[in-house]
Amino acid sequence: MATTADTFQAHDDAHHEHDADHKPGFFARWFMSTNHKDIGTLYLIFAIIAGVVGGTISGIMRWELAEPGIQVLNMVAPWLGADPAQIDQTLHLWNVFITAHGLIMVFFMVMPAMIGGFGNWFVPIMIGAPDMAFPRMNNVSFWLTVAGFFSLLFSMFVPGGIANGAGTGWTVYAPLSTSGSVGPAVDFAIFSLHLAGAGSILGATNFITTIFNMRAPGMTLHKMPLFVWSVLVTAFLLLLALPVLAAAITMLITDRNFGTTFFDPAGGGDPVLYQHLFWFFGHPEVYIMILPGFGMISQIVATFSRKPVFGYLGMAYAMVAIGVVGFIVWAHHMYTVGLDVNTKMYFTAATMVIAVPTGVKIFSWIATMWGGSIEFKSPMVWAMGFIFLFTVGGVTGVVLANGGIDDNLHDTYYVVAHFHYVLSMGAVFSLFAGFYYWFPKMSGRWHSELLAHIHFWVFFIGVNMVFFPMHFLGVQGMPRRYPDYAEAFSFWNEVSSIGYIITAVSVLIFFANLVYAFTVGKKAAANYWGPGATTLEWTLSSPPPFHQFETLPVIEDHHDYHDHLPREGDAKPVTA
Amino acid sequence: MPIAAAYRDIRVLMIGLIALLGLAFAAQGLSAAAPTAAMPTTGAEADAAAAGDASGDAAGAGEGEAAYEHLGPEWIKGQPTSFEEDPWKSMTFQDQYTDDGQYALGMNMYILTPVIVLISAFVFFLLLVVVVRYRRREGREPSRTTHNTLVEVIWTIVPVLILIAIAVPSITLLARQYKTAPEDAITIKATGYQWYWGYTYADNGGFEVISNMMPLEEAEANGLPGHLAVDNRMVVPVGVPLRIQTIGADVIHSFAVPSLWFKLDAIPGRLNERVLTINEPGIYYGQCSELCGARHAYMPIAIEAVPMDKWRQWVLSKGGSFGEDAEVDEDANVQAPASAMEGAPAAGDGLTAADDGNAPSTPVDTGVAEEATAAE
Repeated sequence: MATTADTFQAHDDAHHEHDADHKPGFFARWFMSTNHKDIGTLYLIFAIIAGVVGGTISGIMRWELAEPGIQVLNMVAPWLGADPAQIDQTLHLWNVFITAHGLIMVFFMVMPAMIGGFGNWFVPIMIGAPDMAFPRMNNVSFWLTVAGFFSLLFSMFVPGGIANGAGTGWTVYAPLSTSGSVGPAVDFAIFSLHLAGAGSILGATNFITTIFNMRAPGMTLHKMPLFVWSVLVTAFLLLLALPVLAAAITMLITDRNFGTTFFDPAGGGDPVLYQHLFWFFGHPEVYIMILPGFGMISQIVATFSRKPVFGYLGMAYAMVAIGVVGFIVWAHHMYTVGLDVNTKMYFTAATMVIAVPTGVKIFSWIATMWGGSIEFKSPMVWAMGFIFLFTVGGVTGVVLANGGIDDNLHDTYYVVAHFHYVLSMGAVFSLFAGFYYWFPKMSGRWHSELLAHIHFWVFFIGVNMVFFPMHFLGVQGMPRRYPDYAEAFSFWNEVSSIGYIITAVSVLIFFANLVYAFTVGKKAAANYWGPGATTLEWTLSSPPPFHQFETLPVIEDHHDYHDHLPREGDAKPVTA
Repeated sequence: MPIAAAYRDIRVLMIGLIALLGLAFAAQGLSAAAPTAAMPTTGAEADAAAAGDASGDAAGAGEGEAAYEHLGPEWIKGQPTSFEEDPWKSMTFQDQYTDDGQYALGMNMYILTPVIVLISAFVFFLLLVVVVRYRRREGREPSRTTHNTLVEVIWTIVPVLILIAIAVPSITLLARQYKTAPEDAITIKATGYQWYWGYTYADNGGFEVISNMMPLEEAEANGLPGHLAVDNRMVVPVGVPLRIQTIGADVIHSFAVPSLWFKLDAIPGRLNERVLTINEPGIYYGQCSELCGARHAYMPIAIEAVPMDKWRQWVLSKGGSFGEDAEVDEDANVQAPASAMEGAPAAGDGLTAADDGNAPSTPVDTGVAEEATAAE
C-alpha cells in the first residue's frame, strides 16, 4: 500500500481539532454508540468479561475432573438452586456447565472479540473509511449480543428438566433438547442463540457493505490488507450459515412448545435432521472463529519481519477456499450417527481437502518470515505460538477426518484436545497477538512488553499442559462430557487440571498488564512498530481521532501487496 | 537487548518441548507396536480358565444359570490402562480385538502417527530456523521476495500427495467396516435408555438383558474396574459375525467399545446396524458416548465374548432358544433395571415388578419428561 506511516499523516491537516474529536457525553457515547471504534471497544470489554465467566466455568470443570468421583459439583450445586443430596441434580449441573462453557466461549468470547472487537476497530481504518456503513445497525448488533449473553446466563437459573439450567451441550441435540429437557431453561438458551445470531447476521451485512462500498480511492480488493480479507470471508460465512442455525433452533422451539415433530420420530421427524442442520452451520462456524485470526497473524508476521506477506493472493484465496470447502464437510461431525458408507467416504475425502489451503497459509507465514529481519515483540511471539499450536491442532484434525478412525475417537477427549488446540490455542493465541499488536493503538498507552512475554510463556505452558494430555485420554477411550471417570484415566486428568492453574495465573498476568498500561503505561506514538507496519491504522494517532479520514487517503496504483513497501524515489501518496 | 538474549535460552526450552511432543506422538505408534502379553485364544483355554473362576457377576441368577459361569476379572481385555500401570500404554489406543480394529491401529501406527509427528516437527523446525537465522540485527536488510512459484506449487502438491496416501487406506477401512453381515449372523439389539443399556437377542427368543453400572464398592469387591463394570454383561459368542443393532429409547445414546474399534449411535426412531466379529474371548468395556442427560457417565457397556457352546449355555440360562425354535417369546426373561447410583431413583421407575426376575418384556418406560416433571 502506498500510504505508510512515515509518508502520510491523515490529520496533519490543520482543521482536525474540531469535528474529529468531538465526543458525546458518557452515556450517549457508550450506550448509544454509533462510532465503530467505541463499539469495537465495547465488544472487546464484553468478550473479556464473557471469557472470564466461561473460563471460570472451565475452572470448576477441571477442578471436578482433577480426580475420579464427584467432589466439586455438589459443593457448587446450591449456587444454581440444585439439591446436592440429589445426585441427578448435581450431575445435571455438569451438563449445564459444559453447555454454558461452550456457548459462552464460541458466541460471547471468540466471535465478539475477533469480529466485533478487532473487526469493528480496524476494518474501516484499514480500508480508509471513516466508519462502518451502518453505524446504528452496528450498535444494534452489539446490544443484541449482550442480550443473548444475559438470556444464556438467565437460563442457568430457571428449571431445565432435572434441575436448573440447560444441560444439552452447546450442540443442543434433539431429542435431549426437546422431550429430554422440560422447563424454560432450554428455551432461554435457544433464544440466546437467536439473539446472538441476529446480532451476527446484522454485523455480517454491515461488514460486507462496508468493505464493498467504502474502500478509499485506489484501495482495490487485491490491495486490501489480509485482515480485511479475512473479515470479508468470515462475514459471508456468517451470512450463509447463521440462518440455517436460526431455522434449526426455531424448529427446536416449535417442537418443544407448539407440538411440531420436526425432530421427533413419533411424528415422522428425525433427530439426525437436526444434526445435519446444526453442523451445516456448525462447521462454517469453526472457520468463522479462526479466519479473522488468520488475518491478524498475517498482518503481525509481515510487520515484525519487515517484509510484505508472502504469496498475498494465495493467502487471500486460501481463505476463500477454506470458507467454500467449509460448507461441504459438515457431516464429519456425525460419523457415528449411521451414515451410509458412500456418504462417509465423501466426507472423509472432502474434509482432508481443507488441509491443503490451511497448509498453504502455514507455509506462507513461514515464508514471510524467511529472509526477514524479525523483531520478537510480544505480538510476534504470540503469532509464532499460534502457527505451531495451530499446526498441532490441524494435524489431529487430519486424523479425525478419517471416518473409519473417527469410529474410535468420536466424542472422546481426543476431539476435545483437537478443537481446543485450534480454538483455545489457535483462536485465543491470535486474539492475544492482535491485542498486544493493537492495544497501544486503541488505548494510546503502552502495555508492558516484559509482562506480555511472561504472559505468553506461562499461557503457552499452561494450555499445553491442559490440552495435550487430553489426546492420551481420548485414544484410551475417555468419552467427552463426563464429570466422573474410571480410575485408569486419573493421571492425565490430574495433569490437565494442574495445567489449568498455570493458565489461570497467566490470565492474571494479562490483567496485571492492563492495569500497568492504564496506570503507568507510556504514551504510544502513531506508528510504534516502525517501518514494518504499513497498513493505514499506523498513519493515525494512537488512539486514533474520534472520526478519522475526513480527508480520504488515496492508494496509488503502482503499490500493491506484491511489493508494498515504498521504494526509493516513490511518489509520496497524496490526499484527495 | 535483554529480550533477544532471553530468546537464546528460550530456544533451548523450545527444543526440549518439541522433543517431548514428538516423543508423546511417537508413543502412540510405538507402544501399539509392542507385543502384548500372550493370552489364551482358543475356546478350550477360555473354558478352562472360566471354569475355575467363581463368577464375578452380580446377576440375579435365574433358573439354569448355574450351568453358565461368567468370565472373571482375569479375562478383562478391553479397558483403559492407567499411567501408573504402564506410562506408554496410557498414551495410546487400547489393544484391538477385531480385524478392523487391527487394521485401523496399523493405519494409525504406520501412516497417521508418523505423518502428523513429521509435519508438526517440520513446522517447528522451520520456525526454529527462522528464529535463529532471521533475527533482527544491525544492518540486516529484509529480503523483498514475495513470490516463488516453484515453492508454492510444491507446498500445495506435496500435502495433496500425503493426503492421498492417507485417503487410500482410510477408504479401505471404511469399506471393511461397512461389510454387510452374513445372513446367519447373530442379531443383538442394543437399546440405549436413560441411563442403562438393554440387549435384546432377537434371534434367540427376543429376551432382553438389562445392564446397569455396578456400584463402585461392589465392583471393587469383585476385582472389576469401577465405572466400567456392569451387573449384566452383553454375552456374545466369539469368532462369529454379530449383527449389532442400536436404537435409542428416549434420547440419543452411543454404543461404544474402544478395544473393538466400534461406535454406533443409538438414536430414537432409527435402527443402526453394523457387523462385529470379536477375535478373542474376553471382557471388553465401553461407555455411552453421546450426551444423554444427567447420568450419561454412568451407563457403561461390557461385552463378554465366550466360545459358542458356552454362549448357548448362557442363552438357555436366560430362557432363550435357537434356530427353528426361536420365535419371539412374549414372556422372555427380562431383567429388571436397578439403579446404578446409590440414592438415585431406580433407572426403571416406570417398570412395575422391579424385583421380579420375570418381568414382562414391555419396553421400559423412563421418559425423561416424566422424571423431569417429578423433579421439579
